[in-house]
Amino acid sequence: MDNELTALGIIFTEFYYWLTVVIMFLIHVGFCMYEVGASRHKNHMHTLMKNTMLIPLVTITFFFFGWWIYFAFPNGPGITGGVESAPWAEPWSELMGTHMGGAPATEAFTAEDTAGWARINGVFWASFLLFSWTAASIVSGSVIERIKSTGFWILAVGIGSVWWIIDAAWGWHSAGWMVQKLGYHDAYASGVIHAIAGGYALGILFVLGPRIGKFAPDGTPRNIHPRNPWLVAIGLFLIYTGFWGFYVACNVPMWDIQDGDGVFFSATNIYLAPTTLSAITMNFLMSLSGGLLMGYIVSRGDAFWTYSSGLAGVIAASAGNDLYHPIQAMFIAALGVIVMYKLHYIVERKFKIDDAVGAVAVHGYAGFFGVFIAGFFLWGYPSSPDASFATISPWGQFIGAVIMFGVLGFLPGWVTAKVLNSFGMLRIPKEIELAGLDVGAEAERYADEQAIIDAERAAIGSVGGSD
Amino acid sequence: MSTGNFENWAGTITDIGPMYPFVGTEMIWFLAGLAFWIWWHVVQAKRETRQYEEEIKRFGSPESLRKIIDKESPENP
Repeated sequence: MDNELTALGIIFTEFYYWLTVVIMFLIHVGFCMYEVGASRHKNHMHTLMKNTMLIPLVTITFFFFGWWIYFAFPNGPGITGGVESAPWAEPWSELMGTHMGGAPATEAFTAEDTAGWARINGVFWASFLLFSWTAASIVSGSVIERIKSTGFWILAVGIGSVWWIIDAAWGWHSAGWMVQKLGYHDAYASGVIHAIAGGYALGILFVLGPRIGKFAPDGTPRNIHPRNPWLVAIGLFLIYTGFWGFYVACNVPMWDIQDGDGVFFSATNIYLAPTTLSAITMNFLMSLSGGLLMGYIVSRGDAFWTYSSGLAGVIAASAGNDLYHPIQAMFIAALGVIVMYKLHYIVERKFKIDDAVGAVAVHGYAGFFGVFIAGFFLWGYPSSPDASFATISPWGQFIGAVIMFGVLGFLPGWVTAKVLNSFGMLRIPKEIELAGLDVGAEAERYADEQAIIDAERAAIGSVGGSD
Repeated sequence: MSTGNFENWAGTITDIGPMYPFVGTEMIWFLAGLAFWIWWHVVQAKRETRQYEEEIKRFGSPESLRKIIDKESPENP
């Protein structure tokens, strides 16, 4: 930081990631509104608090171990090497605290380490943390109105601070083993965030079971409509808005991409391969549009599904949105919406799955589809600037999608839910489900209101006396 | 006397590394943080169980539940 140009580069990068965090915060505001809007009146406050409290829980655990996992596990470990050393991400590291970037306090770092990491570690950590919240929040919506907070918050820490960040180390790290061996490409996290969270939610739903009344005695599913469609609409608009920050946070803003002699600075994707903000801006909007247009058609204008399809469209195109043509992004999004919408109802009927907000479909199926189809559209493209890595292929992407949705998503969700269920920590008692999760709080509120009304009635007498 | 590694901003700024107080005690803070996290889950789990037990006692009879559900029915707007 001893000359203006270096300082500009470093402080711009620091500010860039900081800004993504602020924008991504809106995703969580949106998820809270969406979930509350989708829940029935008797469950509003519980639904709100269930989602809200995942924020601090995932934050502190991502500080304690999530961030370290990302840097320590790109090799598996045991697939392409051992556990990598990542002292800057250890929770007791000086670089996980406020740091001027000058002389290191311990021998774990050189002056060069501290100069680089001091200004990037916190904002980079926070960007990843906001992805963690998103992963947990995706799960949160699908299980509303019958899950115990105790069980959900343990599951939230699992997806937010363990499972998704393992998949990020494997398939969303410039040296991840999936990138090296499978040519896995998932620039804006179709699989890395969405497929895994959808798979995790599905695993939980298999154990948790449906809400009372969701299925008729003959197995026919019944609609439990969003109680407040306006809140749902605003929530989804906020998620769209926050998604801009999500996309931008998946990039490195300035990187020398020139191989060999010379210097050429560009934005890159997470694999340090070139892209531009302009490209992803067009592709984001075109895939959003493709999703909305097709969602409106397949759902016959249902507002809930049309909004969700906008999101699903972006998710379906996200794996390759650094490289697609915008019209390709639009068609991929539209196709992804058809797949996820049809699958939602097939799975619902066949397995009696009650996914309250369609999260498994919007994130899980659309994410799986997005990873897989990128293998056809980007067949033979380099997955990394490192020429020794495998190139992108349909089979590499398919295996990658199975790992994201099934191995790191569905399986841990199902196993954790089984364990929690065996300890009685997963599903609320039937009486509480019938009365509503807010029954106690509501009774207290009515009692308080009644006490005030009684006091006001009593005060009427003194008004008359003062005349 | 300072709880940090520096006492003023004069001199060479690049000599300053960690800026938080009590440098060298990070592991203790980390362990305390882990304990706080686990403690929170334990307290929350106990409270949630107790809360449901109390609410079932108060509202869990078939008559109470019928009243609550009747209030929610579209037949009673």
